Amino acid sequence: MEDFSLHILDLAENGIGAGASLIKINVTEDTIEDKVIIEIEDNGKGMSPEFLNKALDPFVTTRTTRRVGLGLSLFQQSVQEADGEMFLTSQLGVGTKLVASMKHSHIDRKPIGDLAGTILCLIEGNSDVDFVFRYKVDERAYSLDTREIRAELDLIPLNHPNVVQLIRENLVTGIKETKQTL
Amino acid sequence: MPKISIEDLRKIKEQQLNKMSVRAGHHRAKITVHMGTCGIAAGAREIMTLFRDIIGEKDIADIILTNSGCAGLCAKEPMITVELEGSAPVKYVLLDKTKAKRIFDEHVMEGKVVEDYALAIGSETMAT
Repeated sequence: MEDFSLHILDLAENGIGAGASLIKINVTEDTIEDKVIIEIEDNGKGMSPEFLNKALDPFVTTRTTRRVGLGLSLFQQSVQEADGEMFLTSQLGVGTKLVASMKHSHIDRKPIGDLAGTILCLIEGNSDVDFVFRYKVDERAYSLDTREIRAELDLIPLNHPNVVQLIRENLVTGIKETKQTL
Repeated sequence: MPKISIEDLRKIKEQQLNKMSVRAGHHRAKITVHMGTCGIAAGAREIMTLFRDIIGEKDIADIILTNSGCAGLCAKEPMITVELEGSAPVKYVLLDKTKAKRIFDEHVMEGKVVEDYALAIGSETMAT
């Protein structure tokens, strides 16, 4: 993976695979504490303590199409390369939460990447799942909650091209304005 | 940053509710972009973005763009599946933006399968 936005896309897809109806994604760039924090939380079926212990093993996957699952392991590697740590918690029937924190100024830290592209892909590709996305850079913050949009749309699906374009404009501008402090 | 305006959403709702296609969930074509770890690492998001841009530009309302997980052919990513109403789905492999654009123009819009990039053509044969 070239950047963290691609990791986020990949890991959020895990939650969707686990039957989540709501996925929360928080990305925080804190230049004062010199940290990048990425949180992904889903309300999918969760993992048992036994499976959770094995989840970071690349030779463990729930998939049946192949026998290795590299998503989490690759993310963990990217986080560790930037002097970071990753924590995975999960409860059966409740969901799974992933929190990663790393050093913002680390020379090996991968760029954040195209967050708007990732969120749009998720919304458009999974129009029955809701997403709450928050992006924070120091004091500035942007957030998008598809539940609010859906409530206004009634029968129109969230992935209707006109709605997607509207969300895209909002995401691109919002992220750009939030980033400005850097 | 302002929230997405309720006015804008209402406008879309009013415009679209009259159109049969949205109400009945009818669609002429479905494009599925494979988004497993393998697909994403190989550039699936770029392909999805390209399709979204074309659909937005041309203001097409009867094509569904969606994504799926790993199909087990990781070495052949990025992959997409194109399904036209009433026809069998076609899987395309080893894509880039140029190939994806051609598939959109020829297969999705004109109904001609782009054999050059399709995974397989024809039925299984038995050794005699």
